Amino acid sequence: MTNHWVDIKNANLIIVMGGNSAEAHPVGFRWVIEAKTRNHAKLIVIDPRFTRTASVADLYVPIRSGTDIAFLSGVIRYLLTNNKVNRDYVLAYTNASLLVHPDFAFDDGLFTGYDAAKRSYDKASWAYQLDDAGHAKRDDTLADPRCVWNLLKAHVDRYTPEMVETLCGTPKDAFLAVCGHLADTAAPDKTASFLYALGWTQHSVGSQNIRTMAMIQLLLGNIGMAGGGVNALRGHSNIQGLTDIGLLSTSLPGYLTMPSEKEATLAEHLAKYTSKPLLDGQLNYWGNYPKFFVSLMKAFWGDSARQDNQWGYDWLPKWDKGYDVLQYFELMHQGKVNGYLCQGFNPIAAFPNKNKVSASLAKLKYLVIMDPLVTDTSTFWKNHGEQNDVDAASIQTEVFRLPTTCFAEEDGAIVNSGRWLQWHWKGADGPGEALPDTEILAGIFLKLKALYAKEGGAFAEPIEKLSWAYGNPAIPRPDELAKEMNGKALADLPDPKTPGQYLARKGELLPGFALLQDDGSTSSGCWIFAGSWTQAGNQMARRDNADPSGLGNTLGWAWAWPANRRILYNRASCRPDGTPWDKSRVLIKWDGAKWSGIDVPDFKIDEPPGSPMSPFIMQAEGMGRLFALDKMAEGPFPEHYEPFETPLGTNPLHPKVVSNPAARVFPGDLEQMGKADHFPYVATTYRLTEHFHYWTKNVWLNSVLQPEQFVEIGEALAKEKGIAHGDMVRVSSNRGYIKAKAVVTKRLQPLHVNGKTVHHIGIPIHWGYEGLAKKGFLANTLTPFVGDANTQTPEFKSFLVNVEKL
Amino acid sequence: MALQSLDIQRRSASPTQPPVVREHVTEVAKLIDTSTCIGCKACQVACSEWNDLRDEIGSNVGVYDNPADLSAESWTVMRYAEVEEHGKLEWLIRKDGCMHCADPGCLKACPSPGAIIQYSNGIVDFQEEHCIGCGYCIAGCPFNIPRLSKKDNKVYKCTLCSDRVAVGQEPACVKTCPTGAIRFGSKDDMKEFAAERVAELKTRGFEQAGLYDPAGVGGTHVMYVLHHADKPELYHGLPKDPAISPLVSLWKGALKPLATLGIIAAGVAGFLHYMTVGPNRADDDEEGPR
Repeated sequence: MTNHWVDIKNANLIIVMGGNSAEAHPVGFRWVIEAKTRNHAKLIVIDPRFTRTASVADLYVPIRSGTDIAFLSGVIRYLLTNNKVNRDYVLAYTNASLLVHPDFAFDDGLFTGYDAAKRSYDKASWAYQLDDAGHAKRDDTLADPRCVWNLLKAHVDRYTPEMVETLCGTPKDAFLAVCGHLADTAAPDKTASFLYALGWTQHSVGSQNIRTMAMIQLLLGNIGMAGGGVNALRGHSNIQGLTDIGLLSTSLPGYLTMPSEKEATLAEHLAKYTSKPLLDGQLNYWGNYPKFFVSLMKAFWGDSARQDNQWGYDWLPKWDKGYDVLQYFELMHQGKVNGYLCQGFNPIAAFPNKNKVSASLAKLKYLVIMDPLVTDTSTFWKNHGEQNDVDAASIQTEVFRLPTTCFAEEDGAIVNSGRWLQWHWKGADGPGEALPDTEILAGIFLKLKALYAKEGGAFAEPIEKLSWAYGNPAIPRPDELAKEMNGKALADLPDPKTPGQYLARKGELLPGFALLQDDGSTSSGCWIFAGSWTQAGNQMARRDNADPSGLGNTLGWAWAWPANRRILYNRASCRPDGTPWDKSRVLIKWDGAKWSGIDVPDFKIDEPPGSPMSPFIMQAEGMGRLFALDKMAEGPFPEHYEPFETPLGTNPLHPKVVSNPAARVFPGDLEQMGKADHFPYVATTYRLTEHFHYWTKNVWLNSVLQPEQFVEIGEALAKEKGIAHGDMVRVSSNRGYIKAKAVVTKRLQPLHVNGKTVHHIGIPIHWGYEGLAKKGFLANTLTPFVGDANTQTPEFKSFLVNVEKL
Repeated sequence: MALQSLDIQRRSASPTQPPVVREHVTEVAKLIDTSTCIGCKACQVACSEWNDLRDEIGSNVGVYDNPADLSAESWTVMRYAEVEEHGKLEWLIRKDGCMHCADPGCLKACPSPGAIIQYSNGIVDFQEEHCIGCGYCIAGCPFNIPRLSKKDNKVYKCTLCSDRVAVGQEPACVKTCPTGAIRFGSKDDMKEFAAERVAELKTRGFEQAGLYDPAGVGGTHVMYVLHHADKPELYHGLPKDPAISPLVSLWKGALKPLATLGIIAAGVAGFLHYMTVGPNRADDDEEGPR
């Protein structure tokens, strides 16, 4: 979230799209209710299903799964053609006025530079026109046909309300009603908040779904504002924390980049990722990349990381391609993986095409499961009847189960969706032989290190040299790990402004990332967490909920990255002249000498209004990007591509380019994609409020609340198929089938799309062959093995099935 | 079990009612705002946790409602209703459970002295040690709430967490409700808050929004804010004008003196029979071979 949970209450309009926050985030949803009851906010839900979120919404708007970009591009078109944008904001804070490379173009579904054989783009033309100083050319009159504003206008021009209705099945009136409500928040003192989750990410165009919405928020001037923002509601507890410390296989902690094999030296790596300003006078914060990177190396390898060995750069693995889960299981399927450590992860249930995952696991020599519960993956080799009909005798994979404690059985911090690091305290001892994950990993590490010492081996240094400075090496304590993440001074850090004074003395915990150095004098395991555990103590354990402004910006409650800042880009909550857009919701303002207010300013603290510095300080041009340069795999502007399994069999916008041309898809998986002639219905998978993933089927009371697997079918289709409430049905895709009870409902209405009637089938995911709830089929038996082109998040939300009554 | 810190103002099947010692006690109420309820069922879990209930893991019968009905081990359940009002689909969700009527039909119908009591704060509580399992309370309830346990043949329902309320805490469902849709306080405060909610709902086009506090049972200590107060039956059959069954009223009202007379008459007749004819004797043969 750019903002945070409590701040939702400040919104005037809340749009839940690509998510179902009442069901998936019932506790946080209280802030949506507060916005409604205290702030008279409107709530709009846009979803293929009328969900429990829709049950408390002012307006429910149906949409075909996988067409969000078309809908949102239609909104952008509406805002531009009706001049419903915050024009001052757009001019000053977005790249609308910057000029784009003359070669850049979009034609018949493809941007410039496409290589069909590689399914990827040469992005050379996805750039600004630069002047001699290397800065982007600019036209503040927006007259130049090559400025982002005009290119965007031309790009979205095809997304008329009629085209939105054709692609999305959303009635034109309902679409225009949404546009009207959103347009109202272009006023400087009105904000809209978008809440989304996996309903946007789990598509082959997931990242672009989110980007299109972010562009709307920029046009409306809703980013950096209280009650505004781009708000990802994270699924797992602490998945935000996992993302922060390097979830993606090509990431390092703090959103640094894992070096690729093309960057043979540290200098090459730093040259590539140390951002150079694209406009004059920008803060360009990623220009500090070397400080963050070298401090991370010092955290990894301690004294062994030295300038003369590139701070241990050679010891980092270098990637040739991403090793996301889809890629890894593809390799496993090809028999190229021997062993797999499966920590807090239930891939046979949680990843697409269960039969492929099962066949892949069966090719392993060994599988290590670290989990507090019995997972379906841990017994993938066992015949559970029709739900897991495997021949145990033919599976030779040796499975080791290492029981772990759960969060309530250990101290630690959990990072919530709003980037708050909240410390928690152990409530009970773990049962039986359960150990914290850290102790298990420490045990494996120490054993490996001893084996290397005894027997030697190839490339031993990364293990030998790893810094392991814990009081008891076998039991790293949570507080030790947290301090390591925060970072410390490895030498005295003199204050450049006051000779003889020091910003930190050797050995002290750092107060923030501003002190990080690229000369080896600081260490930090995750630079964005610097400030979370300082000389003043554990900032994450703070519990002062004082809220003098009433806006819910409780700076004394826990600690938020970065720098305890609660609302990102908050400089944009003020006009260029330093006065707040909205007098009733002031976050910061210029007080004549510095920026101050109820939040930690997201800006150079003493940079006066009127300077050229723009609020989006992580960007090289300081601006929010309506044109994404080369940062996205499939294009600098979002474009509607059909799901890989499309009920239309074509893309009405450009029949030659149906689905995301830059999405990676493995040959065997492409063959397994189904077509609408055999699988005519659009299926979407999701979670129910009564369960948490595949965990709570192990819990008695949750199992009482939703005991048995079901699928949701609209009344019209059920009538056509002769299916009644509670009938058993068989749902099949081109990859397998499940059987479940039918919940027949009015809440799934047929949609009229491109001249066809499209029915959706709703498939909750929570059942499997392990647990207390009634045995069920893994819903991911049905789902396709393809992911988003940028993150490889699987396309769980839109695929094709058939339904038969049993 | 009765609680020393709560005064009992009415007992079932007891001709004289106990005196209420604490005169300062205010009437309490739980307010359920259906317009901010998201049907998450956290209240069902909290109820089971606090009261240590573990219902069986049932089946899906084609709806979200699970367990499918109230039981001796499920004292509250969410009821989901898909309705179309003015051409617009609504999914009305209502937490169902004991309404704690001011004039409780269950208590009136109960023949066992002290098996059902009403505290002076308005809570209606079952005292299982006095329950004889006759099920009359089930017939007496206008909301179809009490359920007979097959395990111990006693009847169970929501206690409004009288044990928590007695020590100054809110009911478990109220404490756990994530959106604040369930509130607890004095009945006056709850009515005041309900009026705010109703006014707000009217600004959103729910012109018939209102408070459900039905007069037919003397008002209730569990009240609902409804978007469609003119049509409570939309909410999975919430009765529009609940009243105690005329049979119960008759049985406990006009017929009661007659019935009492009948019992006395039967006793007198028996005594006369004994005096005039002598005791009945069972022949040994009738007991049959052992």
